[in-house]
Amino acid sequence: MAATFHGVGATVAALSSSSSSSSSSSSSSSSSPSNSFGSKILLSSPSRSFSVRKRASFTMVRSEGSMNFDLNFKGRRAQQLIANAVATKADSSPASSSSKPGHELLLFEALREGLEEEMERDPRVCVMGEDVGHYGGSYKVTKGLATKFGDLRVLDTPIAENSFTGMGIGAAMTGLRPVVEGMNMGFLLLAFNQISNNCGMLHYTSGGQFTIPIVIRGPGGVGRQLGAEHSQRLESYFQSIPGIQMVACSTPYNAKGLMKAAIRSENPVILFEHVLLYNLKERIPDEDYICNLEEAEMVRPGEHVTILTYSRMRYHVMQAAKTLVNKGYDPGVIDIRSLKPFDLYTIGNSVKKTHRVLIVEECMRTGGIGASLIAAITENFDDYLDAPIMCLSSQDVPTPYAGTLEEWTVVQPAQIVAAVEQLCQ
Amino acid sequence: MALSHLAASASRSSSLLKPLSSALSLRRPISGDNSPLTVETSVPFTSHQCEAPSCSVETNPKELLTFFRDMALMRRMEIAADSLYKAKLIRGFCHLYDGQEAVAVGMEAAITKKDCIITAYRDHCTFVSRGGTLLEVFAELMGRQAGCSKGKGGSMHFYKKDSNFYGGHGIVGAQVPLGCGLAFAQKYSKDETVTFALYGDGAANQGQLFEALNISALWDLPAILVCENNHYGMGTAEWRAAKSPAYYKRGDYVPGLKVDGMDALAVKQACKFAKEHALKNGPIILEMDTYRYHGHSMSDPGSTYRTRDEISGVRQERDPIERIRKLILSHDLATEKELKDVEKEVRKEVDDAIAQAKESPMPEPSELFTNVYAKGLGVESFGADRKEVRATLP
Repeated sequence: MAATFHGVGATVAALSSSSSSSSSSSSSSSSSPSNSFGSKILLSSPSRSFSVRKRASFTMVRSEGSMNFDLNFKGRRAQQLIANAVATKADSSPASSSSKPGHELLLFEALREGLEEEMERDPRVCVMGEDVGHYGGSYKVTKGLATKFGDLRVLDTPIAENSFTGMGIGAAMTGLRPVVEGMNMGFLLLAFNQISNNCGMLHYTSGGQFTIPIVIRGPGGVGRQLGAEHSQRLESYFQSIPGIQMVACSTPYNAKGLMKAAIRSENPVILFEHVLLYNLKERIPDEDYICNLEEAEMVRPGEHVTILTYSRMRYHVMQAAKTLVNKGYDPGVIDIRSLKPFDLYTIGNSVKKTHRVLIVEECMRTGGIGASLIAAITENFDDYLDAPIMCLSSQDVPTPYAGTLEEWTVVQPAQIVAAVEQLCQ
Repeated sequence: MALSHLAASASRSSSLLKPLSSALSLRRPISGDNSPLTVETSVPFTSHQCEAPSCSVETNPKELLTFFRDMALMRRMEIAADSLYKAKLIRGFCHLYDGQEAVAVGMEAAITKKDCIITAYRDHCTFVSRGGTLLEVFAELMGRQAGCSKGKGGSMHFYKKDSNFYGGHGIVGAQVPLGCGLAFAQKYSKDETVTFALYGDGAANQGQLFEALNISALWDLPAILVCENNHYGMGTAEWRAAKSPAYYKRGDYVPGLKVDGMDALAVKQACKFAKEHALKNGPIILEMDTYRYHGHSMSDPGSTYRTRDEISGVRQERDPIERIRKLILSHDLATEKELKDVEKEVRKEVDDAIAQAKESPMPEPSELFTNVYAKGLGVESFGADRKEVRATLP
């Protein structure tokens, strides 16, 4: 069972039921951020009341891909593991940062923190977008940055996505590192030409002369009755552009880490945020850390099925997981995080263990991330699959305004539970 | 690069030596190399929201001879590209610049290599004026390794980073926001340099142009938008595509200048003026009234939407090379024979470059997958095994 733990704060709950001891007595799980939107708690920590006899085995998978040891934890409860998945920092070790308690913040604050730290670190980083400066950002991600860094580094643009994205790319060609914000990802459709042809392809067509270290970010996904045009999932359109990387953040921890990694990357990165996840609260480390752009996050190791998801659907999946565990299943949940390229290594390891795959995504069924993922997994791991891959996606319809209809456009936890039950028959 | 040597070095007085070509025979020094010469441009500038520069252009014999040589080289290069295309050595799209050479050489004479130029797909001559070699041009056109983009770009994607030539773009108008971004970067880094973003009369109707212009004017960017108005957007004449073909006025609140684009000296004057203006006051639009002899591209004969008489008329009356030739001869800066020798020399240079380019090999199959991503923070195309890069060709 591959278990890559991403430490939140300092401690990670060991998934072992400590054998004979009581059910939920293990250390507090902080692997799941408590969120506070609405009254709906979409996230739960995996229940400890499962099989008493179960022995947990740990395999720590480092980012360089070496499979390590198996630890038996009979009698041992919490293991402090930090797998920061920092690709470049040579001095980071999994057991570091265990003593600092970290600080708690909301996801949009985590994004801001990441952005601010990178802007302090490198004077070439600048932010461009609508209302990012004086207004502070429509989701407050850039609040306070304009007063701190000035108008030349935090730029309010007119409503002209095509051209300011193009300008960001032009600036990136000279070596600046702009962060272009689309107020809503859907608006970036107007800049599709710039993103596809110039951003993605210039490194190639110039024979390597220019790199485009730009970050394009913005909230997308289905929100709360925002209407069809403001509920788009652009990852399905951008995914075939060669030369770009796409990542989707889902927790404050990975939001900050991915933001920083994206800014430091020499390649153009599109960072997908979600409108409904901005107010998630979590405790993140105090020290500098980044998340590997191409790595997936193992949210919950499991034996029966591999559930692949990203962004908001992660929380629906975790809620479904709670129900599933109560019913006696052991779902493994992977937040794929890297939408382009896929982390087939982490995914593959899980598939080899569970032999069943369920993809839960917010894209539409046609041509979405799930569709590509099905193709990739089938091509690579066909031998390991006991059943055809199931993919739960949003319906192929424009997102309606009415609340009930909108709810049924996206995948709900009940459907996930039903799908797993069907898959595991 | 021969051109930049000639244009830049003041010491290289007379002999028109180029490193690449075969040794040239002795030349007698051209008289009065750097002695200033003032020439009046024949067509006055028309301005919009600004004061037009004067029609008297400062130049010198060396510069005029350089203009002649460079333009002859460009003309020869484009004609040779035409033949190569017809011989199917160049495929796909090939947009030729002959007739418009004055814009490239005039602009280059007014600026430094630190200023940026970005243009659309009719970029062969601009690339050469920025210092690209003929070998790089022909090799790229034929898709060989020695090309400036290693054969992966093609005719529409010439770039030269070290002399701040940013290409080379296929989508009409998309380079203008990029150009304003370059200007933004120059302002951000306080470089005191400017960006020339070139586009055509067809692209002048693109919305993103006005968006970019608005932002540039708002932020006072040193961007100079240059409309190379050759009067035809592919097959559509300008009066059929634009309600207001006065492209220099289209900036509204942004000043503009209309320039005779077939006169290299007028272009030089305008670009110098524009650079000074942009560094102080923000964006300015230049409209170069020019003409292309070939069709839009090699697949366009160029005669279905205009008459042959029109083409030959322009060639007789306004050809940029002839104009400089007449100027040189009338000022006695060189003899008729010397100029003919220059043309022969240039022809040979082009032929040599083509021969050399033909010898350059096609790119290796593995080049298909290089330069998709820049290496950094561990970007690799992970296969299922993370160690294996799945992309290998037989």
